[in-house]
Amino acid sequence: MRKDIILHLSALLFLFLLEILGIFSEYHQGNFARILVLAAYGVGYNILFGYTGLLSLGHALFFSAGLYASGLSIYHLDYNIEQSLFLAICISALISLIIGFLALRTIGVSFMIVTLMFSQIAYLSILYFGSITRGDEGFVIQQSSRVFLSMDLSNPKIRYYSALLIFSLCMLINLWIAKSPFGRVLVAIRENSDRALMLGYNVKLYKLFSIIISGTISGLAGACYGILFGYVGASFAAVSYSIFPLLWVLIGGAGTVLGPLIGAIFMFYLIDYASDITDAYMIIVGVALLFVTLFARRGIIGELRFRYYKWIS
Amino acid sequence: MKKNSKSNLSRRKLMKSIAAVGSISAMPGFVNYSQASSSAPIRIGFQVHRTGIGAAYGRWYDRTTQAAVKIINDSGGINGRPLEIISEDDGTDPKRGAEALEKFANQHNCDVAFGTLFSHVVIGSAPRAGELKLPYFVVSEGHHVASGMLNRYTLQPGITDVKSQVQAMAPFVKDNLGKKVTMVYPDFAFGHDHRDYFSAAFESQGGEIIAKVPIPPTESSFSKYFPKIPRDTEVLYHVMVGPAVLTFVKELGEFYGSKGPKLFGFIDSVEAVDLNTPGLEFLDGSYFWEGNPRYAQDNQTVHDQFYRTAVGVDKNGASVSDPKDVSTYAHMFGCWETLHIIKKGMEVSGYSDVKDRSKLIEAVESMNNMPLSQAHPQGAKIFNGKTHQTFGHQYITKMTNGKLVLAHTTSIEDTFYPDEVDYTKQSF
Repeated sequence: MRKDIILHLSALLFLFLLEILGIFSEYHQGNFARILVLAAYGVGYNILFGYTGLLSLGHALFFSAGLYASGLSIYHLDYNIEQSLFLAICISALISLIIGFLALRTIGVSFMIVTLMFSQIAYLSILYFGSITRGDEGFVIQQSSRVFLSMDLSNPKIRYYSALLIFSLCMLINLWIAKSPFGRVLVAIRENSDRALMLGYNVKLYKLFSIIISGTISGLAGACYGILFGYVGASFAAVSYSIFPLLWVLIGGAGTVLGPLIGAIFMFYLIDYASDITDAYMIIVGVALLFVTLFARRGIIGELRFRYYKWIS
Repeated sequence: MKKNSKSNLSRRKLMKSIAAVGSISAMPGFVNYSQASSSAPIRIGFQVHRTGIGAAYGRWYDRTTQAAVKIINDSGGINGRPLEIISEDDGTDPKRGAEALEKFANQHNCDVAFGTLFSHVVIGSAPRAGELKLPYFVVSEGHHVASGMLNRYTLQPGITDVKSQVQAMAPFVKDNLGKKVTMVYPDFAFGHDHRDYFSAAFESQGGEIIAKVPIPPTESSFSKYFPKIPRDTEVLYHVMVGPAVLTFVKELGEFYGSKGPKLFGFIDSVEAVDLNTPGLEFLDGSYFWEGNPRYAQDNQTVHDQFYRTAVGVDKNGASVSDPKDVSTYAHMFGCWETLHIIKKGMEVSGYSDVKDRSKLIEAVESMNNMPLSQAHPQGAKIFNGKTHQTFGHQYITKMTNGKLVLAHTTSIEDTFYPDEVDYTKQSF
């Protein structure tokens, strides 16, 4: 237990030291800021998929709910960052509650299809209400609006620390869930929901809580992405942004706390380095993903846990 | 289940961890690049749509860029230094576009970034360009630059924007084709720009938009939308982009045959499409906006002739090596002209390295008249330094016997509209 907590805190300390010791070049500093926010999104996805066993193909809905709630409130209503973040969290939680309530009437493949459809509705709505959302073009959150407690969030250092703070918060929530009785019930539901039901747990209610937590974390990540990087656009609501967190979690290790981070780093740099080698970089990415899937079926952290370190959450 | 209550972090493990950190920090790119020399190439980060919805445009943007770089280098480069293009695929995706700029500025130490057509990629990338203080020359034709949405580091000096293009079309459509127009356009921002700016310009001319038919961006079959076009439509204004454009025009032909309203379209609907494709015969007699006429015209200038040859485009607008590989001629000239503007800006400002980026921007902002020349084969232009947007002639061609023949050239003044921003007031 203690070793596990030390490992996760060390990972965060490591990310902090990379910046404070100046190990990063500017390029990797910017990349890691982006990766950390996306990994926070992956953490949200992992709670639903990795711990509860519900495969959603529509998580871009939650990410974009946060992105647009904060972005639009800044763009149209002149909200400050604090207000917009609060609004984004509330909207994401509310949407998660509604989607969860409706989607949980289904299971398995139907759940995947229903979540995908809801996500598509959100995507097309963003395009349809283009006069408000600026449709597919999206809009810019100006640098002057990206100030939090007198700190300029477009400053590379501040942006990195902000991204690390958001990721740390999400990861620690995930760790707490993994260690808590609540998290153990989620895992029990994932492994055998009928048995969990027989043991007296309100499976549907637990699943609903899982969706709300997952959707809210995803929405928070979306809001932070817009605020830290200054752009809000419909492409973040497209189906590809529902597939990405699934890939990160599968590569890193479903049901592991560090899995989404490792998966996001792996995917990001795989594309980055492969694109330096050839224009057909997606072939390299595809082959690499095939190898990971074939030889590390539980994902990188999942495989480490299975083979060597049983104590990793 | 075994419980582990003690930490097993030995000194050896700690040393291993430190070594791991050291190894990662030694990986390629984890150290800052530092190279600057007066003879070193000027590095231009080229953000290109190699994959995604914009791939057809990207392919030709790339060829035009390479041709322009060869011409510039063969004539001595910029301030005696050769140009080097660092290409990066943006996947026609704004997130990836911003990452490409990051790479240009911090990994490849590029002097400037340029390229890209699709406006969402530009809008998604521009904030990062501003933060990186990287001059970002876009070839997008979106109104986003002149609207004031972006920042001082983003400029569009080599291609006109959609607002100026569509408003310049309105008088011709009303005077020559008809007063009752139905618009068919993609239901996203690009289509909305057409809807809003053309409607306003056309109605101010005394014309009437009798119906607007938006088509969802995910649509792959269009037949069901055509019955929405009113029977008393005199002119059908159409614009479509993306991989389904050929299906769109073919189904339009199947719906109307040789009968129907007069057609006025933006070439985007058939950009990179061979107009002699079976099923497109109905387009004969219809009119198109073209940023630059695809077919070599009777009055072709020597500059267009030079540019066409340099890029490897035949008189029909297709690749000289493959007549079926049709170019995006209406747009790609923007890459050629933008690179020549960067060259001129660097020469005027005495650009030597990245610390002179603001001088380069000021030099471009001070440009105004850009006469028809080898550097501007599409035509003369007037650049507005305040709005960072160029204005130029627009071409209307008529499909005649399978070719697009020039019917009208607008004046530059037809494309003007009041300034919406003054970027020169923004600090660097």
